[in-house]
Amino acid sequence: MIWSKRNILFPSASVDTLILWLLRIASGIAAGMVLLILFFLLAESLPLLREIPAVRFVTDSSWQPTEGAYNLAPMLSGTLYAAGGALFLATPLGIASALFVAYYALPSAARIYRRLIELLAGIPSVVYGFWALTTLVPLINELHPPGASLLAGILVLTLMILPTVALTAHAALLAVPDEYLRGAAALGMSRWSIIRGVVLPAARMGVTAGIILAAGRAIGETMAVLMVTGNVVQHASTVYDPIRTLAANIALEMPYALGDHRAALFVSGLMLMLLVIALWSAAARIGRN
Amino acid sequence: MKLAGVAIVGTIMFAVGLVWSPSGNTAAQKLVLTGASTIAPLAGEIARRFESRHPGTRIDVQTGGSSRGINDVRTGTADIGMVSRDLKPEEKGLHAYAIALDGVGIIVHASNPVVMLHRRQLIDIYTGKIANWKEVGGVNSPITVVNKAEGRSTLELFLSYLNLKNSQIKPHVVIGDNAQGIKTVAGNRNAIGYVSIGAAVYEAEHGTPIKLLPLDGVAATVANVRSGTFPLSRPLNLVTRAFPEGLARKFIEFARSPEVHDLVEAQYFVPISVR
Amino acid sequence: MGKAETASARAMPSSNGWHDRLAEWSVYAVALLISAVFLWILGDLARGGIEHLSWSFLLDPPQNAGRGGGIGSILVSTILVLLIALVVALPLGWAAAVMLAEYVSSGSRFGYTVRNSLQILAAVPSIVFGLFGNAFFSIYLGLGFSILSGGLTLACMLLPILVSTAEAGLRALPDTYRSSAVALGMSRAATVFHVLLPAAAPALVAGLLLGIGRAMAETAALLFTSGYVDRMPGSLLDSGRTLAVHIFDLSMNLPGGDVAAHASALVLIVVLLLINLLAMEMATGWQRGKIVTE
Repeated sequence: MIWSKRNILFPSASVDTLILWLLRIASGIAAGMVLLILFFLLAESLPLLREIPAVRFVTDSSWQPTEGAYNLAPMLSGTLYAAGGALFLATPLGIASALFVAYYALPSAARIYRRLIELLAGIPSVVYGFWALTTLVPLINELHPPGASLLAGILVLTLMILPTVALTAHAALLAVPDEYLRGAAALGMSRWSIIRGVVLPAARMGVTAGIILAAGRAIGETMAVLMVTGNVVQHASTVYDPIRTLAANIALEMPYALGDHRAALFVSGLMLMLLVIALWSAAARIGRN
Repeated sequence: MKLAGVAIVGTIMFAVGLVWSPSGNTAAQKLVLTGASTIAPLAGEIARRFESRHPGTRIDVQTGGSSRGINDVRTGTADIGMVSRDLKPEEKGLHAYAIALDGVGIIVHASNPVVMLHRRQLIDIYTGKIANWKEVGGVNSPITVVNKAEGRSTLELFLSYLNLKNSQIKPHVVIGDNAQGIKTVAGNRNAIGYVSIGAAVYEAEHGTPIKLLPLDGVAATVANVRSGTFPLSRPLNLVTRAFPEGLARKFIEFARSPEVHDLVEAQYFVPISVR
Repeated sequence: MGKAETASARAMPSSNGWHDRLAEWSVYAVALLISAVFLWILGDLARGGIEHLSWSFLLDPPQNAGRGGGIGSILVSTILVLLIALVVALPLGWAAAVMLAEYVSSGSRFGYTVRNSLQILAAVPSIVFGLFGNAFFSIYLGLGFSILSGGLTLACMLLPILVSTAEAGLRALPDTYRSSAVALGMSRAATVFHVLLPAAAPALVAGLLLGIGRAMAETAALLFTSGYVDRMPGSLLDSGRTLAVHIFDLSMNLPGGDVAAHASALVLIVVLLLINLLAMEMATGWQRGKIVTE
């Protein structure tokens, strides 16, 4: 039953169309924002893009913008390795956490654990960063110097995107209709087979949305990564090597960059965006099948 | 409906905020400073004291780096720029007023047995030719070289002192600001880095496990920066586009006066005595 | 957060067979691992900063560049920036989500453009938002380094999260709600306001909390828009640093700022906890006010 204090039927059709138009405007503003930002990025990158051929961004000797070298490839690989590693760890951990809260834990434990995850989601990247810098990095340093490395970056990113995956997965799990579960239980399926065979497939769209959101976050994360990955521009050959990600590079150099250097940083910002958009489209294509 | 109520309250607050805003600002005389993150904390403290002595003024201090400070003064975005180095030849048209002196010193972990490094050894360590501490009299461990990110005045000073280009340096870790550098070295027994002496001395005296190495035989102490014997020192400058007037002039004079010497020393910089 | 959270647990049979046993142990192990890491972080923060905490810490302005004094003015700036961001982003975001979930057919070009634009927006790194906010809000619109500028920039960043989670929440609602509403003669707008939004309230609020978490954590974007000033703001056009920016300066730029940084981080976490508790209460209250599940 639906309780309501006033007449809820809104018999007037014009109110409906008014609302429709309001919604259209709102969505339009949201979309317009993107165009504005894209325009801004392009405008700032153009001075450099006009001067040098785009292929130099992957073939130059190194990244030394003040000396005219603009190779972005090592930072691109650094970004991909760090984000990829983090996703590899955070996806199972996040989904398992969501399963824990939804299906395995006692209600009191579930409530506490869920609070914990929500808190983890809110801890600023600077706090993760400086905790990792003072605790995690020296630990890794004991294993294999210098400590500030791809591994540190992956671990910190995992911590940061785990709540996103867990919370959105949990919301998706809750949305699975109870009838599915009861039907499966009535068929005699065990808990894990219900989860694997019925719940996860049904919740797939929500879970994937969460993973994509987390991927975007991992690729764009700036502060924490800049504190713990060592920021050396190179391709990593082991997880103990220091790397620099595109986003951390922008944060590190932008305040001090002028002219061509600044434009080069905007180009790297564009590259970041293209990267994530490519991921989105790939995921969307897979999701459609 | 509750939602509508919340929305209405929110909109009213927003509207009140907007109306409240303009009057809040025009009442005050305002000054905007942008620039070096090394100077920003000191400038903030000086600004606070200035505001308490001159009610009705607002001195806003923002960071962004020395180059930003120069840029913003040129475009007029800021009234005063904070620059943690001497002006470059192409910047000579601007006016610089030093408010303190600072040095750049080499730091290693406190447990490192090495007590001194020659300039040649430093160059070799930073370009990767010397890779192990035992080659300079330390323990048998690989050296972790910590360098500063591009654009920082500290980096430029260090490079010109060693006569190197940034592309020649082979770092293992690149850091942004002073405290990050100190934390990196404090967390790694085999690290070597360079930071503002003021920052390093402060941290070392408060128990952080780092120590400063002498440069060219001169100990890296605040006293040596003050006496001018330390080879790698730099002025902390307030920069204006034209000869400063009005509030800007009052502030710069205040910042260079003995009234703020205690603030300067609290940050472990060396106060300037203006003749 | 009542039965909706874990009602399913009761519908689930217990584990038997080794697959189930393994799954159960793995899930418990993960939960334990993450709880342990969280407690580790919290413990380190507490050990570093708890002595520094006091009522005066929460209310006083900073002294000695932040090493002493408190964070009172900074808390005010943080709340103001957050409020502005939410007041702007929530209506826009939820409206766009309703638009995408309820009013737009899956093949429509408008929906396609809006949805893709938001995905692109989600892809923009936070530092780029900072530069954009600085160029657009601070310089072009003339707001300068101000709380308003920071709040508006943050609103841009929150939009994708709010829309994506709200849309997912709305889409997950069973169509029976919509068909019953039609059967009762309700207009679409009425259905949305009185049935769908309340029903999706937990998902909406979950997205809101994710957004708030993201907003409070934001540093780079705000450094260039709402600025670095640690004074109590006199108006929305004043510059004011947020808690995250303050923690960043204390830990990365200021020698000797560690203790204050730890203490500030603790305060931030507690504030988030309170916001979470409050928001969840409101969400279930909102939902319960409109929808009675069996």
